[in-house]
Amino acid sequence: MQITSPEFKQNARAALADPNLQKALRHVRSNFIDKRAKAAGALPEFEALRDNARDIKNHTLAHLDLYLEAYEDRVRQAGGEVHYAETAETARDIIRSICERAGAKTVTKGKSMIAEEINLNDYLEEHGITPVETDLGEYIIQLRHEPPSHIIAPAVHLTREQVEESFRKSHTDLAPDRDLTEPTELLAEARAKLRERFLAADVGITGANFLVAETGTSVIVTNEGNGDLTQILPRVHIVIASIEKITPTLNDVSQIMRLLARSATGQDMSVYTTFSTGPRRPEDPDGPDEYHVVILDNGRTGMLGSDFQEALRCIRCGACMNHCPVYHAIGGHAYGWVYPGPIGAVLDPQLIGVDKAGNLPNASTFCGRCEAVCPMRIPLPNMMRHWREREFERHLSPAVARYGIGFWAFFARRPRLYQWATRLAMRVLANRAIGKGRYTSLPLAGGWTKYRDFPAPEGRTFQEQWSARRKAS
Amino acid sequence: MVGAEEGVVSDREVILGKIRRALAADGNDVGRRAIVIARLEGTPRGIIPERGQLPQEERVALFTTMAEKVSATVGRIAALEDVPRAVAEFLRKHNLPASLRIGADPLLADLAWDGTQIAVSHGPSDGGDPVGLSHAVAGIAESGTLVLTSGPDNPTTLNFLPETHIVVIRAADIAGDYETVWDEVRETYGKGHMPRTVNMVTGPSRSADIEQTLLLGAHGPRRLHIVVVG
Ligand code: SF4
Repeated sequence: MQITSPEFKQNARAALADPNLQKALRHVRSNFIDKRAKAAGALPEFEALRDNARDIKNHTLAHLDLYLEAYEDRVRQAGGEVHYAETAETARDIIRSICERAGAKTVTKGKSMIAEEINLNDYLEEHGITPVETDLGEYIIQLRHEPPSHIIAPAVHLTREQVEESFRKSHTDLAPDRDLTEPTELLAEARAKLRERFLAADVGITGANFLVAETGTSVIVTNEGNGDLTQILPRVHIVIASIEKITPTLNDVSQIMRLLARSATGQDMSVYTTFSTGPRRPEDPDGPDEYHVVILDNGRTGMLGSDFQEALRCIRCGACMNHCPVYHAIGGHAYGWVYPGPIGAVLDPQLIGVDKAGNLPNASTFCGRCEAVCPMRIPLPNMMRHWREREFERHLSPAVARYGIGFWAFFARRPRLYQWATRLAMRVLANRAIGKGRYTSLPLAGGWTKYRDFPAPEGRTFQEQWSARRKAS
Repeated sequence: MVGAEEGVVSDREVILGKIRRALAADGNDVGRRAIVIARLEGTPRGIIPERGQLPQEERVALFTTMAEKVSATVGRIAALEDVPRAVAEFLRKHNLPASLRIGADPLLADLAWDGTQIAVSHGPSDGGDPVGLSHAVAGIAESGTLVLTSGPDNPTTLNFLPETHIVVIRAADIAGDYETVWDEVRETYGKGHMPRTVNMVTGPSRSADIEQTLLLGAHGPRRLHIVVVG
């Protein structure tokens, strides 16, 4: 996708002023947090599993080269092919050449953040291959030519009305006066439309939540079943995954699986967890004839042995953004690249460059909620701090940001920008205090909140209220 | 092989080399290799939740509760020969077509469908079958999960294309946790080997992509009915 991270500030401003987005974001705040808390609370071993999952991934990363080799051997033994890609460009080339050899016209796709990362859809289209997203959320945003705004709920920024509008615009063969007021009707329409595409596709491309070294298996986790139809119906199945998806054994996967759905959606288990090993066997009546795995680096080896190594434990559950007051206020698009929220603020500067995404780690209140809920115990706020320090050292931050006093002077000379910045802060603070109206801790105000609760802003700044009153009178 | 293949080989070496440099590790280090082999062979179980560690009857009860919690329906019958009657009853009750697609599973092969007026056909699904019937090799009480394996006995397409999926499972095959099922898979297929597909299925298909509203029947079956035998 196109990178707009350098315009983070403008993006955030636009997001705050977008009524549809603000309406849609309410669902994030109200839904994900309670569900996760309930599911985690119902499993007494949850915290111990988090420790074990962290240890499993640390062990894997320390032996990543050897587990990759073991994994690769097993895939080959099962009749599959493994392709390594150091860069996005190589990954795209490999996928295109497999598609071309298969004579592919249409390709169905399960949800894959790696495919977003390497900009696969645009590339395939440029080469005359039509990609069809099959996850409902991904399908909706593909119709709208938008990137995903969340790593597990790609269309979370949209309202039902916007989805209806997109379906009417795209599905022009259906009766224009059909009733689409209920979400079930929208789902039924998408299901029927995509059924045709599933059965017609030549190649299916999925991501992977895990690659299992013990057996050479790729694992996908979905609720819809779209990933399964994507990989069992076409003649060729391509898996695209990054190096850190390697997990030693099926037991290790099961340990982490117990955290994934609970942290993501508050389910004990997602509906479909599918383990795929190689192409169809001689006696199999269904399944793909060819099975390929493309393993992508794209900058991740640069995180090994660095301050950011621990971020490679991430299982992309989305909990950090679901609990992030900044994400609640501005949504995912404002971050300007594939990974939004706290994990995006850590990954994006590494993957697309600190010159482009170096300002994302500034969008943090250091409230620590992301780290508190991250199932893999990734110290996200610390890592954001590391990026800030690096940015400072590289003198990439505007000179005024280097000293607090310069910061205020900068805003004092730019009243409109000041208004925007305080509005953002107010919104963030007001969201954080949902239902409480009080904080017990505030970043950078420890001296105050240590002894008393800080009152939650009512949601509007003094300047806003002042001008509203002036207009009213 | 196509031209890209040359690049593929070198990308492999570049990536492995970068990893080894970053970790200051040696790919031939015998000690490191031994650690990796020990884990792959030893397959440590980790932390197993107490929840599923129950005697069989209670395990079946937990499995049922958990499956119903995620909107599956569960029926229980005493013996295998009761399957046709139980299936016919379910289809009638929900006003579903009396038409069934089944694989070649020996457990389901000798059932007498004659008395049920259900039209039974065999093989994988091409999308035209309203109801699929499968046999799950295992269940997991902890989360109400079914485990199905690919092959002619239970074609994978039956798990996803029909609108209604009915799954037969023997009570004795319901385990407490995933790890126990993996032990059985290792025993059946050999260490390090798997059938092409293992599907863990927990409830019928769903999506919450429109305003976070949970809707059943996204791309997979709208209905999942489980028949526990024994
Ligand atoms: S950083 Fe942690 S909470 Fe965020 S997506 Fe990754 S695993 Fe989930």
